[in-house]
Amino acid sequence: MQNNLFQDQKFRGILYQTLVVGFFALGLYFVINTTAYNLEKRNIATGFGFLNNPAGFDISFSPFLDFKSTDTHLKVYFVGVLNTLLVSFCGCIAATILGFIVGIIRLSSNWLLSRIAYIYVEFTRNTPLLLQIILWYAILIQLPRIKQAPQIWETFYISNRGLFGPKPIFLDGSNIVILSLILGCIISFFIARWAKKRQDTTGQQFPTFTTNLSIIVFLPLFVFFIMGSPITLEYPVLKGFNFKGGAVIRPEFIAMFLALSIYTAAFISETVRSGILSVTKGQREASGALGLKKNWIMRLIIIPQALRVIVPPLTSQYLNLTKNSSLGIAVGYADLVHGFGGISLNQTGQAIECMAITMATYLLISLTISFFMNIYNRSIQFKEK
Amino acid sequence: MENNSNFEIRKPPVATTGILGWCRQHLFSNWVNSFITLLVIYFLYQLIPWFLDWSVFSADFWTNYKGELIVDRTFCSRVADPEGDHGACWAIIIVRFYQFMYGFYPSEQVWRVNLTYFLLVVALLPLLIEKIPGRKHLIKFTIAFPIVAFILLYGGFGFQIIPTNKWGGLLVTLVLGVFGIAIAFPLGILLALGRRSQLPVISMFCTLFIEFIRGVPLITLLFFGMVMLPLFLPEGLNLDGLVRVLVAVTLFQAAYMAEVIRGGLQAIPRGQYEAAQSVGLSYWQMNRKIILPQAIRISIPSIVNTSIGLFKDTTLVIIIGLLDLLGIGRGALADATWMGLSNEVYVFVALVFFIFTFSMSRYSLYLEKKLKTGINMGAD
Repeated sequence: MQNNLFQDQKFRGILYQTLVVGFFALGLYFVINTTAYNLEKRNIATGFGFLNNPAGFDISFSPFLDFKSTDTHLKVYFVGVLNTLLVSFCGCIAATILGFIVGIIRLSSNWLLSRIAYIYVEFTRNTPLLLQIILWYAILIQLPRIKQAPQIWETFYISNRGLFGPKPIFLDGSNIVILSLILGCIISFFIARWAKKRQDTTGQQFPTFTTNLSIIVFLPLFVFFIMGSPITLEYPVLKGFNFKGGAVIRPEFIAMFLALSIYTAAFISETVRSGILSVTKGQREASGALGLKKNWIMRLIIIPQALRVIVPPLTSQYLNLTKNSSLGIAVGYADLVHGFGGISLNQTGQAIECMAITMATYLLISLTISFFMNIYNRSIQFKEK
Repeated sequence: MENNSNFEIRKPPVATTGILGWCRQHLFSNWVNSFITLLVIYFLYQLIPWFLDWSVFSADFWTNYKGELIVDRTFCSRVADPEGDHGACWAIIIVRFYQFMYGFYPSEQVWRVNLTYFLLVVALLPLLIEKIPGRKHLIKFTIAFPIVAFILLYGGFGFQIIPTNKWGGLLVTLVLGVFGIAIAFPLGILLALGRRSQLPVISMFCTLFIEFIRGVPLITLLFFGMVMLPLFLPEGLNLDGLVRVLVAVTLFQAAYMAEVIRGGLQAIPRGQYEAAQSVGLSYWQMNRKIILPQAIRISIPSIVNTSIGLFKDTTLVIIIGLLDLLGIGRGALADATWMGLSNEVYVFVALVFFIFTFSMSRYSLYLEKKLKTGINMGAD
């Protein structure tokens, strides 16, 4: 009887699954028990109350929030998230642009140029990213000191403490200028939609690009002068050993930004190359036969079809870049892992809470990016009628 | 007949064949291309001699420009004579070469490491060369290699025990890379099979595990292994630091490996499953004899790519204080006797990594060409 029961596939399935759940529950029970015991023994408090305690340390790079050492650990978390998002966002944009350029160069008919692109791709892909981040940082801090910092038009200063430049100061009425900029973007969006619809129905073209560019540039500029220049620039001035005023981009950020975008661009260029190669030769020849200009062929025929192949791996590259931004800890860039998962964790000793929050945040960011990229991906796929 | 001998076969114009024709077609096909070519040549003319000069011709190896043996940074030509035109000071690598290769492994026992390196090559042979004589026996050795390597490196069975905190340099990099790949591969297969399993609970567990690991950065897993694992384990059970790191790296890589293998599994037509079942094979027999050999064969290029990713990711262990190749390099730079030679150290470390990863990627390209079925899942 028992023998027959074991030969029954359904019964075996249920048995295996019950065993797995049982072992998992047992393991979980064991881990929770030992953890509770260990925490009690080491006098570590549990719970998230520590988030409201003052942090007691400074963060040198916090462009969006003003951070003081009396601020709470919760604020450390927000500063970290913003820094992670900032470097990931800038990195993704730069990596995409560089990746597309290199990918197209690799297919160039100029042998020398495509070889150089190939060497760049192989060298950056085959060395660890962490090494590249550290190397960029080592190069940046070998720049001249602040006293001897080379300058451009007495506005930008390049030193081993970062890149110093003017900082915009928003006075009364600057809100209206910013509002007019947003308004210009909205108007351009509707013009673009209208122009596309008209071209689809009547075939008549409209100079969308120049019109929209002038709306976006001149409308805010016009409002700016009417309001009496409410935005001014504050220039950095050398005082003693440091610059007073102005804005600064720290070498940690520059090193992270350069390393992440250059490293990821090498991978993106490969997906771009394979995407372009996936468009059959006939497409190019047919569009040539229709008399399209060379750059029109690229823009209207090749790239839209190549994007279908490029976007899914591009998404995973964006995800990789975001996750790789956690390596900022190696050069002291105060991102989520370094600021909250590193210093806060060490100060409070609440490893479980800090790590759980950090991991959950990364999961959330990853899921968000793939969600939006999936929407974009669906919009560019073949729409079969 | 007579007329024919008067005909000479005319050669194609000089400018379209040979080196000249090639240059014209590939470098000077139009004005823009010619301009770009000249620009690139100019940059290369500036860059290559400068780099060669820095790295070889004006560089110090054992001795400096006065002919003295270099024992610390003050002897380096570029430090001793900052006004002069001197290149790199490779002495830092030469003097510390032992550390870069073995860390702080006792020198009288270092033959064990060298023997392990040699056995690693032997173990790799049957995997790399398909037509090697006695492949079947060699494969058995390959499977046993991790155990042999562990005994040789760590000790026991009559060997003196060398604790892992004495290991370092390339040794740690290779241990993490080789053991990581060797464990992550079978684990990845199990996870991929589990995710595709018909049993809902098992499939859910595997999917959750894979997606969780792929959603967080490796560094958080390493922190997890360093700070949280000790809290989860009962007192007295202290896992070795290297083992904890190895667990984190392996789990991370197993999740990526699982996705690559799942891609291979999805490419196997249903007929293969049905045929195997109709012959009466059990689930495990079917997978072992029919499905997996085909699925793995398809996904080999992606598996190699994932392994390259793991090999590069081993550098992350320096963040939690392990001394791999990069860690030894940073240690040398933090030492007052060698401070400030960061360019030399990082270039050297990059070169070592490049040699390993580039040969791995060449090998994967070769396999792809041989199998002609390479599919890339977009893993790095």
